[in-house]
Amino acid sequence: MEQPVRSDLPVAERKGARLGRRLAPYLLGAPASLWLALFFVVPMFTMLSLSLQTCDPVTLACRLTWHVGEFPQAVGEFHAYFLRSIQYGGAATVIDLVVAFPLAYWIAFRARRKSFFLLMLLLPFFVSFVIRTLTWQFILSDQGLILGTLKNLHLLPQDFHVLATGWAVTAGIAYNFLPFTALPLYVALERIDPRVLEAAADLYASRSMAFLRVTLPLAIPGIFAAFLLTFVPAVGDFVNATILGGTSNLMVGNIIQNKFLLFTDYPAASALSAILMAVLLVGIALYSRVLGSRTIEEYV
Amino acid sequence: MSAIATTEPRSGSLTRPPARGARRRWTSFVLPTYSAAVILYLLIPIGIMILYSFNVSRSHLPNVTFKWQGFTTQWYQEWNQIPGLTPAFFLSLKLAFSSAVTATVLGTLLALALVRYKFRGKVVTEQILFLNIAAPEIVLGASLLGLFITLNLPRGFLTLFIAHVMFSIAYVAITVRARLSGFDMAVEQAAQDLGATPWVTFWTVTLPLIAPGILAGGLLAFALSIDDFITSTFVSGNSVTFPLWVFGAVKVGTPPQVFVMGTFIFTVGVTAAVINVLLQWRRERAARAYRASGA
Repeated sequence: MEQPVRSDLPVAERKGARLGRRLAPYLLGAPASLWLALFFVVPMFTMLSLSLQTCDPVTLACRLTWHVGEFPQAVGEFHAYFLRSIQYGGAATVIDLVVAFPLAYWIAFRARRKSFFLLMLLLPFFVSFVIRTLTWQFILSDQGLILGTLKNLHLLPQDFHVLATGWAVTAGIAYNFLPFTALPLYVALERIDPRVLEAAADLYASRSMAFLRVTLPLAIPGIFAAFLLTFVPAVGDFVNATILGGTSNLMVGNIIQNKFLLFTDYPAASALSAILMAVLLVGIALYSRVLGSRTIEEYV
Repeated sequence: MSAIATTEPRSGSLTRPPARGARRRWTSFVLPTYSAAVILYLLIPIGIMILYSFNVSRSHLPNVTFKWQGFTTQWYQEWNQIPGLTPAFFLSLKLAFSSAVTATVLGTLLALALVRYKFRGKVVTEQILFLNIAAPEIVLGASLLGLFITLNLPRGFLTLFIAHVMFSIAYVAITVRARLSGFDMAVEQAAQDLGATPWVTFWTVTLPLIAPGILAGGLLAFALSIDDFITSTFVSGNSVTFPLWVFGAVKVGTPPQVFVMGTFIFTVGVTAAVINVLLQWRRERAARAYRASGA
């Protein structure tokens, strides 16, 4: 927002102030922008470059050879993991959207003490991600609180298990990413002017009609942002798959981690990560195509 | 995340949806109950963690087990008895404090630039912030490791610090920006009209008013850092943070001390967050009372 230049100042001082105002945003923004440029934007390009390099398996010295073979090879070799990741991440995202929408709606429109409930949504972040997932392993274990009790009541067969299945991984992801879905939905719903809904009521819309024709369409950008912020990280997650999924439900994230840290196969790991990033970029491009380009940043 | 700092009632909400009197709809009961249930579900793992930090364990190498064997504060007394875990815990605290402070300063400055000024590259900056938050952590970690490998930078505390500041800045900037955009610039101009220099105005007027937003951003950065596993696993080298240690121990079993430390971190974080929210409430109440008395 431009402040009006005060005209009662001497001309020279005004000029200095104008220069200061011109430079101020760059000076203020420079440290953070530089940090993000160096350690977020540049690495994206080194990652792309690494995926086109060929590395000596012994010395790990890499040269840029424009070897694009890693991409088709990655897709060909690991397509099962990609499909599984999309399946688990997609299912978890849908669950989160369905579960979080009424909650976000309630906080935005009905709740007093909004800041209290928003804080509640963020509480899980104060417990380490790994510990949260660990407690679900705990809860879902074969003789744990839920399964153990049901088995003792002979409501479930003794060999029934949830851990080490895709169900457990999906449930874990859905749990861990729920706040990332709820917050953008809340922001979108909170922004709806109640007068618009009153207008709908004045024009004889029933409450369900007003919801379907006014509230829901106005929330669509938030729903899309929530989808992106949940789905993409969920697809890349490997903690849930490792802790809850046993050895037969590995996801793309597991492969990237192993390739990078265990097998030091940097080109392949970089190619896999680049594909994940591309999915995100395509999603954002789609958003700006359909819903306009200026708004998505407002939902985080 | 901007939701955290935008808690003032929206402009139009003076006209609350009319109470429906005797004909209260079923939704007025179902929706709150449902919301409470979801929030309870979110809190289950926290409850389990706290509860089982008090569980007796009789095995030779004490690990948390699901069977409740009695109440004990033994693990709180022996909280530092696990070799490797205590240094990891302190490393995480050190990392979270240093990266949160750095990210809060950088993020706040960036938020000031974004709200107050139009400048070249503003849209790009905002898009990069969104991209940074939406990017899967595994990509952040893997690409950063790629950079460090290319630069031949040895992995350790420094690389962890770089990574944690990197993924916290955007959250801080967005939280503070939300607080700033609800800010009445007239207050600043009043200060300047009364002869305050821009510098004095910033320290005595602007900063105290946006302090809750800055604090919320800082807390978020702290929570993100102490919580982080995926990015850290790529750039940590031989440094072991608390989540990394816990993950490494999953296969062999979790000593109860892990839950003790988790409970400690949780308590400290929540206390700080609650104090921030309470201060904000008090401020808003005072502002309302002042406005009411003035009018």
